[in-house]
Amino acid sequence: MNQEEIKKIKKVLLLGSGALKIGEAGEFDYSGSQALKALKEEGITTVLINPNIATVQTSEGVADKIYFLPVTPYFVERVIQKEQPDGILLAFGGQTALNCGVQLYQAGTLEKYNVKVLGTPVQAIMDTEDRELFVKKLDEIDVKTIKSEAVNSIEDAVQAAAELGYPIIIRAAYALGGLGSGFCDNEEELRLKAEKALSFSPQILVEKSLKGWKEIEYEVVRDRYDNCITVCNMENFDPLGIHTGESIVVAPSQTLTNSEYHKLRELAIRIIRHIGIVGECNVQYAFDPKSEDYRVIEVNARLSRSSALASKATGYPLAFVAAKLGLGYGLFDLKNSVTKETSAFFEPALDYIVCKIPRWDLGKFQGVDRELGSSMKSVGEVMAIGRTFEEAIQKGLRMIGQGMHGFVENKELVIPNIDKSLHEPTDKRIFVISKAMRAGYTVDQIHELTKIDCWFLQKLMNIVRTAHDLEELDESITRAENPQEYYDLMRRAKIQGFSDFQIARAIWKEKMEDCHMQWVRQFRKSLGIVPVVKQIDTLAAEYPAQTNYLYLTYSGIANDVKYLGDHKSIVVLGSGAYRIGSSVEFDWCGVQALNTIRKEGYRSVMINYNPETVSTDYDMCDRLYFDELTFERVMDILELENPHGVILSTGGQIPNNLATRLDEQHVSILGTTADSIDHAEDRHKFSSMLDSLGIDQPRWRELTSLADIYDFVKEVGYPVLVRPSYVLSGAAMNVCSNNAELEQFLQLAANVSKKHPVVVSEFIQHAKEIEMDAVARNGEIIIYAISEHIEFAGVHSGDATIQFPPQKLYVETVRRIKKVAGQIAQALNISGPFNIQFLAKNNDIKVIECNLRASRSFPFVSKVLKINFIELATKVMMGLPVEKPGKNEFDLDYVGIKASQFSFSRLQKADPVLGVDMASTGEVGCLGLDTSEAILKAMLSVGYQIPKKNILLSTGSAKQKADMLEAAQLLHEKGYSLFATGGTHQFLTDNGIPAVKVYWPSESDHEPQALEMLHNKQIDLVVNIPKNLTQKELDNGYKIRRAAIDFNIPLITNARLASAFIEAFCSLNIDDIQIKSWDEYK
Amino acid sequence: MQTTKKASLILDDGTVFVGKSFGYEKPVAGEVVFNTAMMGYPESLTDPSYSGQILVTTYPLIGNYGVPRREEVNGLSRFYESEKIHVEALVVSDYSFEYSHWNAAKSLADWLKEEEIVGIYDIDTRELTKRLREHGSMKGKIVIEGGDDIEFVDPNLTNLVAKVSCKEVIRYGNGDKKVVLVDCGVKHNIIRCLLKRNVTVIRVPWDYDFNTLEYDGLFISNGPGDPDMCGITVDHIRQAMNGTKPIFGICMGNQLLSKAGGARTYKLKYGHRSHNQPVRQVGTNRCFITSQNHGFAVDNSTLGADWEPLFINMNDGTNEGIRHKSKPYFSAQFHPEAASGPTDTEFLFDEFVKLL
Repeated sequence: MNQEEIKKIKKVLLLGSGALKIGEAGEFDYSGSQALKALKEEGITTVLINPNIATVQTSEGVADKIYFLPVTPYFVERVIQKEQPDGILLAFGGQTALNCGVQLYQAGTLEKYNVKVLGTPVQAIMDTEDRELFVKKLDEIDVKTIKSEAVNSIEDAVQAAAELGYPIIIRAAYALGGLGSGFCDNEEELRLKAEKALSFSPQILVEKSLKGWKEIEYEVVRDRYDNCITVCNMENFDPLGIHTGESIVVAPSQTLTNSEYHKLRELAIRIIRHIGIVGECNVQYAFDPKSEDYRVIEVNARLSRSSALASKATGYPLAFVAAKLGLGYGLFDLKNSVTKETSAFFEPALDYIVCKIPRWDLGKFQGVDRELGSSMKSVGEVMAIGRTFEEAIQKGLRMIGQGMHGFVENKELVIPNIDKSLHEPTDKRIFVISKAMRAGYTVDQIHELTKIDCWFLQKLMNIVRTAHDLEELDESITRAENPQEYYDLMRRAKIQGFSDFQIARAIWKEKMEDCHMQWVRQFRKSLGIVPVVKQIDTLAAEYPAQTNYLYLTYSGIANDVKYLGDHKSIVVLGSGAYRIGSSVEFDWCGVQALNTIRKEGYRSVMINYNPETVSTDYDMCDRLYFDELTFERVMDILELENPHGVILSTGGQIPNNLATRLDEQHVSILGTTADSIDHAEDRHKFSSMLDSLGIDQPRWRELTSLADIYDFVKEVGYPVLVRPSYVLSGAAMNVCSNNAELEQFLQLAANVSKKHPVVVSEFIQHAKEIEMDAVARNGEIIIYAISEHIEFAGVHSGDATIQFPPQKLYVETVRRIKKVAGQIAQALNISGPFNIQFLAKNNDIKVIECNLRASRSFPFVSKVLKINFIELATKVMMGLPVEKPGKNEFDLDYVGIKASQFSFSRLQKADPVLGVDMASTGEVGCLGLDTSEAILKAMLSVGYQIPKKNILLSTGSAKQKADMLEAAQLLHEKGYSLFATGGTHQFLTDNGIPAVKVYWPSESDHEPQALEMLHNKQIDLVVNIPKNLTQKELDNGYKIRRAAIDFNIPLITNARLASAFIEAFCSLNIDDIQIKSWDEYK
Repeated sequence: MQTTKKASLILDDGTVFVGKSFGYEKPVAGEVVFNTAMMGYPESLTDPSYSGQILVTTYPLIGNYGVPRREEVNGLSRFYESEKIHVEALVVSDYSFEYSHWNAAKSLADWLKEEEIVGIYDIDTRELTKRLREHGSMKGKIVIEGGDDIEFVDPNLTNLVAKVSCKEVIRYGNGDKKVVLVDCGVKHNIIRCLLKRNVTVIRVPWDYDFNTLEYDGLFISNGPGDPDMCGITVDHIRQAMNGTKPIFGICMGNQLLSKAGGARTYKLKYGHRSHNQPVRQVGTNRCFITSQNHGFAVDNSTLGADWEPLFINMNDGTNEGIRHKSKPYFSAQFHPEAASGPTDTEFLFDEFVKLL
């Protein structure tokens, strides 16, 4: 009966999660890809809606039909109309897909088209999403929840809080990863936060705060036969009060006794049964550190970030299994994917500990609130595996890639008030703990201030003790007569996760140089202290497993795998933690490289440590080392693996930065040589190469004194782009338009000196920015893609809206770009992927940057052009013959637009303005028959809406105002009501466009106030173009921009993008948008 | 850092694993077995079924939450599974010298020292486990640096049940129904589970002829070693089966009931010791995650005509329980009382009590 029902399902629609944003990132590419694989195995036709073009799931062959369209009820309905699927999966695309699914269900759409929801029924989803229903549901089975009151107004919230007693926490119902939630200690704070939360959701929840309790999660699976398992439990290092996405998390739990563990496990199973989940869900608990009292925080009736982490932590493919269960299988029907022999109905036994650490990029945002709380701000995460907690956390702290070497031996942090910084956590707290321990704080004192369980702190103290012991040594160790006497200490350090670098720094202190790290490596190897390779096999070695999922540890004496030494493997270095500037697009590149290597008969090997990725799915390669991408660890692996070669160019900047050092160790780097990479990376070398080729570039100079800077500015004129080599806080580079700005920015730089030079470049205004992504072989370009930015230069290429193929470039410009790129490819003898960024003004071409690796836009151009650039590049690097593809971008009858996704709503207080430093967290890519259709799809995909009626304009400088005149005219003709601030209002009136004048916050005694209109939700779209960087303008503009974000009103801050978007929605109705799958664009 | 003595675990195939001592210092020998549970070391260490065994935990971090205090409630230990530690020695990878838990009274090391039990750490327990998996459970011994050596012993050649069983009849509770519990090395949580269901438990030694007693139901407990050592118990059970009073057995109890029903048992290569063993109720789609600790198993093919398998292990197809086709006799090879481990199958106690 079961099999028959399954056979009835022929076509299934899967909703993706759209662009990566804070709270919803790469984990859903992984879960969606797994689900699609599970369906494919069953012979089911799969339809995917996901505008995120950089994902693996939107690659050829993963789903049968792919729609790069917004995941909103409107577009999903139109796809359903067209595709007529039998079933739909809602649990694999995060909150976006879940919310969309609930809306479709409530609107009766699914019923109308007879689409069956596979897996967890929608009613069960609603029972978990609506707080009141949820509490009621759990009350029915006597499971304790956090006492909470659902309210719909600020006054009711105040009343509820008075009854519960402060501190309280408020949350917005139906919100992504804690959006619009926060702690309030008093009524004033409550009123502020409640207003904001109500702008995201009609309902907010007021709850008693349980700050300081342990936070524990269980990943639970249930099949339709009511069989349940808990695949993994996890414990937050940071106690309740910090969003789990912001917490360091370990799996399995470390401080729970058997009775506590199983009490919560039993509850989790009771809950999942009562709610009626079919598939996977996550149960979060608050757990009293002084008794066995608990509260259920929430249940996520879908795959989540935690489930992706749990899958990677245990080797149990939750999404894959959940998809099968959704089709109607029982857990007993399925096999353990790792052992292939034992049943999928089991609970993994770990024989290691994993540690997840979030990665923040708060430094990229002007003015952002750095304190961590109940809402998520991190942009990525890492997972470290070890056989001691010390090893796992030190690995993890290196992996987050922010210049830290582990828990100790880092650059000294300046912490003015350690107590405060311990008590009020920021993204740096773990390092504050390190500093406090060094400063003599005891475990108990730190526990008092942080409420972090003493067990974790004791372990961290072990690391500090070992650091002290190492620091007792000095360089005389190199002359030691009996090196063996250092064996115990060296081994202990390595077991506790110390890197060779940390050991060298402990010994040589400030005098440490790179060669000392090499010495430590040789020294410990001579003592026989080397890491061993262990498998993740789900059953703690109880059954033999042919698993290729590996990690390295110093707690061991033997490798689990045998090395053939046949040089038939190729190692691909992954891209590490997702961060602003490097995310899912490099995962796509890595996966394409792995696929190509396999196809060509080599064994593919991946090194990466990001649990949100597809490249760290052990199915994707022949061997997965879930481990660090440091020089030390990569060398450890290469020495064991002895591969045919290593690919550095598909993982972004992290592997690229290893090129020179790996080359020094005679590692076989496939493709472009390390020397060429160095010539492109080193500003001076690259510049002189361009000079010798006669290629133009913006004038720049590396300067060491303020006087020199002023001299240079005299020569090139303002504005200039300033890049200090070290900044204390805030953006790493900035555009300065006058002396005052220059001085203000340079104050942020620690100092300008010989040791810390500043790079100042001429900043060319109103220039087009153009990118070329290409693959070359022995210096000859095989394939290229030229794309143009919608915005003028000055917006970081990662934030810009990119059009491919270019629609508004002179033929002359294109010809010159091809020529220049050809010259560079030849000069650097490129073999593999590369990217060049150009400025074009009139037909003058200047080169800004050149990267001898794949760039962020490789998946976008590959998918638009339908030529896989990475496959070609990989073949080139492997030395295989490739043909030049016959087709090029000018043959395309459609346009692709890549638009950026921003997550400012999560970054409290950050100024949502774009500049030379990247701020977007994700992107989409949509196709259309012309620019307007593509841009409309893309903008709707990143959360914009076609405005209903009222638009607020402040359009910046005279030039920008003029640029936007045509768009304003269109809006007026289309019947929109325009509201404008002083100068803009004047300009519009002068040009005969009616507009209502509104006042800036600084003109507080006049009405109507722009801010008030935003508060009252009277505005549907805000276009706010910053004129310049003067303080007052920023204050006024900042308040408007921030209010737009906080009240969830679409905001555009760039004149060119605003014009393009306005033109699109004024010339097209939403119904004009064509519902075409990727393969229908020919 | 702690100063600890070197200690070597020597297997009878000659393999030596060198670690450090953190428990009592004495030479010790036994059968080396591994358990893949990730928590519950106080429960495991006090489980009498581990008698004669050197226990290896595959989970590397042990000792994190210390050890709860020794406390008795109505003649039963509150937090332990018996009155004392039964393992011969404990072998771990990363021992946590410091611990943190509100309910902890002492460190694991202090407890081991108090009870004169050997503990060693800094062992590659994964490599050791693989060896045990490949060769099967092995005899082993631990020798502390500078201490005496010891001969290998095979605990399965001695009657371990006789060693750990109670020596006289003990009564617990005062429910209406009386259950005779044959103590082959019973875990206290079994008694707690029965008492929770309001029955009187009459705990008798393994070789006690309970047929002389008046009772409503018979329970046969878990216990260490080879079931073939318990011929007397099997005889007593067989005699009881002349009547129709309900019988329920756990672990060793499953094996003894099977033997009484005419089946044979055999030694598994390396046994089942973990919290994640999947079993399926035969003829149904009901599956359970179970806690297990056994080295011997019932041979399904030797079950008599009146008997059928009740549960089957979903990983290796071995027997996980039997039931009589017409009489109220059933048993489980796994541990429905958990402690430590998952509690999915505690309902079996309800079913037993319902039959009384």
